[in-house]
Amino acid sequence: MIQTLRKLWNIHGGLHLDYHKEDSNQSPARDIPLPAELVIPLQQHMGYKPNLTVKAGDYVYKGQELAEHNGFMKVPVHASTSGTITAIEERPIAHPSGLNDLCIILKPDGKDDWGNARMTPYPDHTQVDGEVLRKRICAAGIVGMGGAVFPAAIKLNVHDNIPISALIINGAECEPYITCDDRLMREKPEEIIAGIQIMMHIINTQQCLIGIEDNKPQAVAAMQAAIASSGDTRIQAIPVPTLYPTGGEKQLIKILTGKEVPSGGRPASIGMICHNVATARAIYRAIALGEPLVERYVTVSGSGIAKPCNLNVPVGTPVQHLIEQAGGYTQAVHRLLMGGPMMGITLNNPQIPVVKATNCILVEQPKPVPPAMPCIRCGRCMETCPANLLPQQLYWYSRSREFDKAENLHLFDCIECGCCAYVCPSHIPLVDYYRFAKAEIRTQRDTKRKAEIARDRHEFRLERQERAKREKAEKLAKHREQAQTSTDDGKKAAIQAALERAQAKKAAAQQDNPA
Amino acid sequence: MLMAILVICGLALFFGALLGYTAIRCKVEGNPVAEKIDALLPQSQCGQCGYPGCRPYSEAVAKGEAAVNLCVPGGENTVKAIAELMGVEAIPLDADAAEPVPLVAVIDENTCIGCTLCIQACPVDAIVGAAKHMHTIIASECTGCKLCLPPCPVDCIAMVPLKLEPASWKWPYPVFKLTQQPANDATANGKVAS
Repeated sequence: MIQTLRKLWNIHGGLHLDYHKEDSNQSPARDIPLPAELVIPLQQHMGYKPNLTVKAGDYVYKGQELAEHNGFMKVPVHASTSGTITAIEERPIAHPSGLNDLCIILKPDGKDDWGNARMTPYPDHTQVDGEVLRKRICAAGIVGMGGAVFPAAIKLNVHDNIPISALIINGAECEPYITCDDRLMREKPEEIIAGIQIMMHIINTQQCLIGIEDNKPQAVAAMQAAIASSGDTRIQAIPVPTLYPTGGEKQLIKILTGKEVPSGGRPASIGMICHNVATARAIYRAIALGEPLVERYVTVSGSGIAKPCNLNVPVGTPVQHLIEQAGGYTQAVHRLLMGGPMMGITLNNPQIPVVKATNCILVEQPKPVPPAMPCIRCGRCMETCPANLLPQQLYWYSRSREFDKAENLHLFDCIECGCCAYVCPSHIPLVDYYRFAKAEIRTQRDTKRKAEIARDRHEFRLERQERAKREKAEKLAKHREQAQTSTDDGKKAAIQAALERAQAKKAAAQQDNPA
Repeated sequence: MLMAILVICGLALFFGALLGYTAIRCKVEGNPVAEKIDALLPQSQCGQCGYPGCRPYSEAVAKGEAAVNLCVPGGENTVKAIAELMGVEAIPLDADAAEPVPLVAVIDENTCIGCTLCIQACPVDAIVGAAKHMHTIIASECTGCKLCLPPCPVDCIAMVPLKLEPASWKWPYPVFKLTQQPANDATANGKVAS
C-alpha cells in the first residue's frame, strides 16, 4: 500500500519522456564473472588525484587501498578484486574530452580474496563519534553515486551554525532507461535504511525523506516495508510524480519540502543534505561491514542491447565485458553512452572502465542529428527549464562570448539537464553552449588567480632584491665607519702613547737633572 | 561693474583654495589606472613588451607612452580589455604569433651544471637549486616567460606546452560539420528544372 499523505510541491518546467524502465528492471541484478583485467582510474571523484600507494607488480587483496587520500578533496581508490597490478599507465576514461588518464591495471587471480583488507567494522554506529564515521566514509572511497561523484564525507561535514532539518535521499532516478537504483531499492532496502540511519547519526537530524518517482511502485513498497520493519519513524519514503529532472538535487528538495536552494548555494545552506540511495548503501557497507566501495549496480540497456538487465559490477570492469554479459549488441552500428540519454557521455571506446559514477551503459541506434537552425525566439526552452533560468538569453550571451552577462543571468545555476535542447524546435545544442561558457569562465578565473600568485611572487622577489641591496649597502657603510673609527682610535692611541712616552722621558730627564 | 569683478575674483580664489586643499587632503597614492591595467595583465613578467615586467608596462600604458597591444602572453583578450579601459580603439596584437599556448619550463637534470644563473633570472622564484647542485622548476609556479633560457650556459632548459589532462580540459565552442544533403538538392534541382 503506497501512502501519499505528504504535501508535495511543484518544480518549474520539466519534461515527460519515454522511460523504457521496464526493459531492464524485470529481473534481479546479477553478479558477473570477473573480466580478464580491471582498469581502475586513479581519479573517480570531483577534486584532486589521490596519491598512489602501489606499484606495478604488487599483489593486492580485494578492498586494499591503491591510492591514499591525505589532502583536501581527495578520495582513495581500492582494488575491486584480488590480483596482480600489471601496470600503472594512461588509458581512455569516461570523459567528454575523450582524453586518457592515469589508471591502475589489475589482473584478477580469480580468488576474489579479501585477505585482511577489510577495515574494522562498527556494528553499533550509535556508539561511535560522527567524526570517526566520516573519516571511515572517506577512507572507504565513497563518493556521490548519483553521478556528481562529490566526496560523500565532505558533504556530510555540516557546520554547527546551520542545523540540518532533513536528510533527503534521492531515489528518483528520473532519466530514461536507468533502473539500477530501482533494483537496489527493491533488493537491498534494509541496507539503504541502515545507511540512512548512520548518516542521520553523523549529521544529527531527526527527519529523513526518501523521494522515489511513482513509476517505481515496487521500490516504494519495498522501502516502506523496510522502514516499517526497522521501526524508525523518522524516515519516510515518499512517491513523487514522474517528471524529468526530479532527480536533480535542488529539484527534489523543492518537491519534497517546498524550499529552494539559493542561487549559487548548496543545500546545506538551507539545512538540507541530499544523498543518493546507492551512496546510503555504500555507507552502510563501509561502517557495518568495513568494506570499501569496490562494486556497484549498473544498468545495461538500450535498443542496441540483446538482453537489457542490471549487473553488480566491480569498479574498473571494461564496458565491453558488461555488454557481453548482457547478451551483446543487436545491431552493428550503435552509439555507446555512459549515463542516461539526456545527460550521458558518449564513449568512443568499449574498453573504457566502469567507475563509481557509472549508473548506466546505454547502447542506442545513432540518431541523425538535424542541423542547428537559427533561434526563432519561441521561448519553449524557458518554459521547460527546471532551474527557472532564461536559456535563450544564456544562449545568445554564450554564443557571443559575453560571459559576464551570462554569469549575471545565473549561468552557474544551470544543471545541464538538457531539457531546453530537447524541446528546441531549431535543434540548437544549447547545453553545449552553456558548458562552453562555463568552461571559459572557469578558465578565466583560474588564469586570474594564477596571475595574482605570480604578481605576489614577483613583488616579493623585487622586495627581497631591494632588501638584499639595502642590507649590503648598510653593511658596507658600517664596515667603513668601523674601519674609520678603529683607525682613528689607533692613531689617537699611538699619538697618546707617543705623548706619554715623551712626557715620561721629559719627567725622567727632569728627575735626572736636579739629581 | 567693479562689484562684479570683485565677486568673480573672490569666487575664483575661493574655489582655487578649495581645489588646492582637496588635492592635498584627498591625494590618491600610486596610479589607479596603472593598477587597473596591472590587474588585467597575465603577470608572466616576461618582458616581451619591452618593459622590465608587467608593472612597468602598465605604468607606461597609463602614462600613454606605450601602445596597448604589446602583451603577447595576454593575447587578444588582454589587448581588448586594456583598450576598453583606456578608451582607445583595440589594435591587433603586436606579434605574428596566434593565441598563446601555455608553456612550462623543464630543466634537463642530467645536463644542468648548477650555475644558478637561471635562478637569478626567474622573475617569480620558480626555480630551486644551489650552486653546483642540480636545479629544478616548480612547475605550478612557472609562468612560461622564457627568461631563464638565455642565461643558461649549457642550454638545458626547454619550454614545453602544458599537458592537456581531463581536469584541465575545456569544453570547446560548439562547431558543426556541414554535410550536403543530396535528397534536398535533388528536389531543389527538380523545382528549378520544372
